[in-house]
Amino acid sequence: MIAYAIRRILVGIVLLLSMVLVVFVLFFASGNPAKSVCGKFCTPEKLTQVTKVYGYDQPITTQFGEFIQGLAVGRDYPVNDAYRAALEKSNPDLVIHCAAPCLGYSQHDAATVNADIAKYAPVTISIAVFAFIFWIFFGVFFGVLAAVFKGKWLDRILVGVTLVVYALPTFFVGTFLLQYVAIKWQLVPYPTYVSIADGGVGGWLVGLTLPALTLALFYMAAYVRITRAFVLESLSEDYIRTARAKGLTERVVLFKHGLRAALTPLLSMAGLDFAALLAGAVITESVFNYQGLGLLAVIANQNSDLPVLIGLVIVAGAAVIIMNILVDILYAFVDPRVRLR
Amino acid sequence: MAAPLLEVRDLVMHFPVKSRGVIARTVGHVKAVDGVSFTVEAGQSLGLVGESGCGKTTTGRLITRLQKPTSGQILFEGQDIAQAGPRVLKPLRREIQMIFQDPYTSLNPRQTVGEIVGAPLVIHKLVPASQRLARVQELLEVVGLNPEHYNRYPHEFSGGQRQRIGIARALTLQPKLLVADEPVSALDVSIQAQVINLMQDLQREFNIAFLFIAHDLSIVRHFCPEVAVMYLGKIVEKAPRDELYEHPKHPYTKALLSAVPNIEQAVLGGRRERIRLQGDVPSPINPPSGCRFRTRCWKAQDICATTEPPLQKVGAGADVAACHFPEQ
Amino acid sequence: MSRPFLSVANLAVHFPTSDGLVRATDGLSYTLERGKTLGIVGESGSGKSVSSSAILGLHRGTNAQVSGEIWFDGTDLLSLSDEDMRRRRGKDVAMIFQDPLSALHPYYRVGDQISEAYLAHNQVSKRVARARTIEMLDRVGIPQPDRRVDDYPHQFSGGMRQRVMIAMALINDPILLIADEPTTALDVTVQAQILDLLQELQREFNTALIMITHDLGVIAEIADDVLVMYAGRAVEYGATRDLMTQPAMPYTWGLIQSIPDVTRSVDLPLRPIPGNPPSLLNQPPGCAFFARCEYAQFVPGDRCATTLPDLLPLSDGHLKRCHLDHDLASYAVVETGAI
Repeated sequence: MIAYAIRRILVGIVLLLSMVLVVFVLFFASGNPAKSVCGKFCTPEKLTQVTKVYGYDQPITTQFGEFIQGLAVGRDYPVNDAYRAALEKSNPDLVIHCAAPCLGYSQHDAATVNADIAKYAPVTISIAVFAFIFWIFFGVFFGVLAAVFKGKWLDRILVGVTLVVYALPTFFVGTFLLQYVAIKWQLVPYPTYVSIADGGVGGWLVGLTLPALTLALFYMAAYVRITRAFVLESLSEDYIRTARAKGLTERVVLFKHGLRAALTPLLSMAGLDFAALLAGAVITESVFNYQGLGLLAVIANQNSDLPVLIGLVIVAGAAVIIMNILVDILYAFVDPRVRLR
Repeated sequence: MAAPLLEVRDLVMHFPVKSRGVIARTVGHVKAVDGVSFTVEAGQSLGLVGESGCGKTTTGRLITRLQKPTSGQILFEGQDIAQAGPRVLKPLRREIQMIFQDPYTSLNPRQTVGEIVGAPLVIHKLVPASQRLARVQELLEVVGLNPEHYNRYPHEFSGGQRQRIGIARALTLQPKLLVADEPVSALDVSIQAQVINLMQDLQREFNIAFLFIAHDLSIVRHFCPEVAVMYLGKIVEKAPRDELYEHPKHPYTKALLSAVPNIEQAVLGGRRERIRLQGDVPSPINPPSGCRFRTRCWKAQDICATTEPPLQKVGAGADVAACHFPEQ
Repeated sequence: MSRPFLSVANLAVHFPTSDGLVRATDGLSYTLERGKTLGIVGESGSGKSVSSSAILGLHRGTNAQVSGEIWFDGTDLLSLSDEDMRRRRGKDVAMIFQDPLSALHPYYRVGDQISEAYLAHNQVSKRVARARTIEMLDRVGIPQPDRRVDDYPHQFSGGMRQRVMIAMALINDPILLIADEPTTALDVTVQAQILDLLQELQREFNTALIMITHDLGVIAEIADDVLVMYAGRAVEYGATRDLMTQPAMPYTWGLIQSIPDVTRSVDLPLRPIPGNPPSLLNQPPGCAFFARCEYAQFVPGDRCATTLPDLLPLSDGHLKRCHLDHDLASYAVVETGAI
């Protein structure tokens, strides 16, 4: 079991490194990155200088090595050793240390990418966690309900409603909730992000309600249908017939024998969906103007701020890989057949 | 004398078993097929029987070269194809075809019957496109299906009809050898006989040799004049049909035969000796030393644990068995 | 006269579907006494499993329409409430299924799955149930039962899994056991072990046994009576010896002749039944076997096509559903070489 976990983690690390390599190559495929840093009024002299200061004149292998080194032990900016040494004497405040895992330095924001991400991440994580809990709870609940009442009116209503909700675009739901629930009917205060430190858990929750709900509704609709399908499939298995033949009550048959097998595959889907959300929910964050990673990506894109974009892609990829490993390990706990492999 | 159509010598297939540690090492081998030899003459059929896990299906997959054997020779018309590469194998695929067990999963549900049966013609570029349909319809007719149904999909057919489609597909390239892996075990009793009779007619008409793999002793007996019995990766007995079924020499063959329920004897009395094997087949990863059957054999003695009995002639007929104490 | 131990009368199981009513079983009647074995033979779709599941009430809660009577040990099971039926299910009537791998829950230890059946009907502690489980595993011939009780189903071989199923079915000492193709997924030598075990346990507990199978050989070895089903109806019913030695209607002849027996002459070609079983939807009037029957020509007029034959007694306790004249039938048997 432990060997299995270690093997999964080792594979995860290899996967992560190859992902960083691919991202890095893509970064350089888009032309000389110094150009975007150099800005609109770029002269050839300035470009040469920028290229040198940021180390873009080094061979790509060296740059990749240094980037990996930065991820592992951290590094100092600017990259060019001679330039940094000079700067340290003249203006030591401008030398920035980027601690491991260093994702890079954004010239545009005059800050390390880590600092940028740290600033925007709490909003995204808060929304993701809130939405996740909401959608898993109601999605599975209504999904099981629909499966148990298959073909009855309750099932039809649930399936119909979820289809409509699933089809609604997120910006529509978000705008609707904002315009009506918050502004017109004033059922909740106008949504703004309040950190736990500022507003306590209550304020934090209230602030998150609408954006999280917007996000959760979409996933919830999908999960109602997926759960329903998994439960129905599980209930048609032979071992359910065996359980009934033993004379167990319907409740035990459903909850003990049916749900466990049905919900196991949901585990891996939920893990990956949650990981994907950690990269930022661009539309939801834009509609509510929440300063999350999605918005950071949009801003970085507008500014051609490549270091931030690279950092975001790596964080998003790492989230997926880590959740994947977590799900695999959890799976081994749930399904005894996996343990043997 | 000309070489036999198929000669298999010392065929071995070992699948590695990985450890469960952090770094997966090979800690052993599943000895699925462990030194199997036999010959099949043109137009003849050999039955390969045994229980699940005895290696009969793997043997079939090795001969059709769906898998590459660990060692040994597969001589097809004198040419060793055991380790041959794809370029050598491609023309040979026309000569050796396979019929699979499950007619429900072995046919692509998104292809029409005409596409399935005609695919080999396209791959091997044998018949011009204009004549392909005529050839497909001819084949459907041969296996007893309505030739007008070439553009229907597999799900529109019953199990028995699907197996006929599988047979038509195997016949498309006019093979010399058909490896039939449990061709009727997924079918209902009344349909099994239809398919068996069809295969027998085809064998006579086109002079096709069969390697007939099955767990059902009575069906093999009906189809094959010569039968080999496998146990844990080895052939334990090979004999002409009447010899094997009436005077089995190997204790395992005897036990296998006595386990088959038989209407006549059950109803009319005159029961044969009933032999009940105890326990399960041992693991093919660590098969017993010496004779592999000794752990379940009622005749086992010390020599059985130390010396592996060779497959040798027993009695007056052509019967060969691998046993230190064969039945007489 | 007292009622038989198990008496199924005019049982019908219909499934309404969007294509129409599927008559999986119709007008089925038979009886069974304690300690005896009834074999039900038929091909897939003949209704043999569906009708037997009705005894356990496994169609309750589905859209199946079940009608008729199932008198078991003095009660009509079909008139019981769902809760009363549940109390008898697994206790008085138990069932074993075809594929023990899919019939066992992959996530739970076999011991827990077996003792669950005991706990459902007995007010005992888990410890007592576990002891009883180990005792049952030992009884059905699983080596080292006290260790294997904590294993998962995938850690057992096919034969051992079926023994687990038998232990689970017999843990409450049922008086009726239904075995639905219990050996079809197993090898012959294992099949022989399992059949021996079932017969031994039946003698020990004086259980009534319904053996559902497509294999006439298995029936011949263990059944006292045989019921042959075709397209949802009984077509022949009688004592095993009578039915096997003097089969009385074309479908049974076909079944017997299409089996390649280990002792039958190989020079005789197999005589398959032509065609395919009919759809259970929109069944035509007349005999369901008519379309495949080679003997319909010997029946005067078009009775086979228009009138469903009744299940009528041929001799004492031997019934057949066929219009064919009995003398002609005997002649046909000799002619075709059925035993």
